[in-house]
Amino acid sequence: METIVEKEKLIFDIQAIRDEFPILSAKVNGKPLVYFDNGATSQKPKLVIDAIVDYYSNTNANIHRGVHHLSQLATDAYEIARGKVRDFINAKSSNEIIFTKGTTEGINLVAQTWGRNYLKAGDEIVISAMEHHANIVPWQMVCEQTGAVLKVIPMDSNGELILEEAAKIISVRTRMLAIMHVSNALGTINPVEKIMEMARKVGALILLDGAQAVPHFKVDVQALDCDFYVFSAHKMFGPTGVGVLYGKERILEEIPPYQGGGDMIKTVTLEKTTYNESPFKFEAGTPNIEGGIALGAAIDYLNSLNHKAVLQYENELLHYGTGALLQVEGVKIFGQAAKKVPVISFNIEGLHPYDVGFILDKQGIAVRTGHHCAQPVMDFFKVPGTIRASFAFYNTLEEIDKMIAAINLAKKMLK
Amino acid sequence: MSIASKEAEIIEEFEMFEDWTDKYEYLIDIGRSLPLINEELKKEEYLIKGCQSQVWLCAELNDGKVFYKADSDAQIPKGIVSLLVRVMSNESPEEIIKTELTFIDQIGLKEHLSPTRSNGLVSMVKQMKLYALAFQS
Repeated sequence: METIVEKEKLIFDIQAIRDEFPILSAKVNGKPLVYFDNGATSQKPKLVIDAIVDYYSNTNANIHRGVHHLSQLATDAYEIARGKVRDFINAKSSNEIIFTKGTTEGINLVAQTWGRNYLKAGDEIVISAMEHHANIVPWQMVCEQTGAVLKVIPMDSNGELILEEAAKIISVRTRMLAIMHVSNALGTINPVEKIMEMARKVGALILLDGAQAVPHFKVDVQALDCDFYVFSAHKMFGPTGVGVLYGKERILEEIPPYQGGGDMIKTVTLEKTTYNESPFKFEAGTPNIEGGIALGAAIDYLNSLNHKAVLQYENELLHYGTGALLQVEGVKIFGQAAKKVPVISFNIEGLHPYDVGFILDKQGIAVRTGHHCAQPVMDFFKVPGTIRASFAFYNTLEEIDKMIAAINLAKKMLK
Repeated sequence: MSIASKEAEIIEEFEMFEDWTDKYEYLIDIGRSLPLINEELKKEEYLIKGCQSQVWLCAELNDGKVFYKADSDAQIPKGIVSLLVRVMSNESPEEIIKTELTFIDQIGLKEHLSPTRSNGLVSMVKQMKLYALAFQS
């Protein structure tokens, strides 16, 4: 076993990986950039940047429209990218892959198409106490529109969902279970399989918010057997402004379109319009073509990595970072779940996260401070916000050392 | 002392520091001397919107001059707001309304000036002027 581990460690050449990301050699405030805000958005490898430049240099045309050469090229490239997404999450068919603006739009789409049309007063939607606002507010909106009720699975002080409570909350009234696969604020990998089993037993649909999962580990939507899975390209080394809604084909066929416009129609007369099939039914208007293509490039990039080695390395970053932070006097870590992605949310006793984040930035270290779009999580821990260091596989142990030194300076300045 | 001469005074004080750490340590120290508002005034209506930390600001008119008090739960914003209080307090509403502050830029704290920065120095100045406008009418 150990020999295998050793071998894989050798394969993971951190410098070669860093060289793929041009921005990582940038300087901020005169210091080498230490980018620990990957939970907000990841940096992009050359492959992705080149795909965007190449698209506009050689391919640009509108898709699904013209018979001309470039339009064909662009359409092919866009649809090839859809196929890459299908394989990436192991969906059955490309028809199950809807390109969106991002995770947020994916959830809103499900809430406003399925939710608005199929929910009625008294139906229940179950979310969790650690959700991102993007998986709270769209459901609150559809509850107001339909009279459905939002129910919340609580968490414990480690930042783990309480399964016994989930079992009580999920009932025959539950029509939708919508929870995050991985917490953006705490890093917790939720035991979604167990909670989904409860939902399946009562016939509820399941949506998983995978925005923080896909950058870190393999997701197989058929193995998970969820009805919807949403994520964003920009958190998985792809471009901003594009994301994915996976939905089971049979459900997507049934639910009405989201927005009206070009590309989503079959025939339009001034009296009556018939709609195109999924995924086009949900993709009104000219989409983010280069975004979709560049997401395909991001998937190619991820596929080129040794997946096991990445997992192991990210785990090392998490444990090294956690250990180093806990040695700093006054540090309190929020979210100590047994299974985590490399995200560490913390505060320093007596110091405001904003002040610490600011002084870290002065030293070239990018962390996120604030509520991380998860105010209920902050309320739970009774803090106004936290400092969040979220790592990617291009980060290094040396960078963590730099952060610790920067924190010590912040403590000295702020005491 | 006029607003302009108070600004000049602050610019001179900050000229002593070459290193960013010294400058910010000084700013943090300044924050500790801020005329604090009473705990009971730390409520929603005195909170400046759009800040990542909480910044409270209130004002009173005394003999035709405006006096500000402020506080923040974070130290850097507190230092910044205390510089503003020092410059803008003890001035007439007319003076406050028409003033265009330049010292923040000149002491190298320009990064706080961006309207998108979540610790909106811009909103602090705006709120100070709104108080002055209210006293003027």
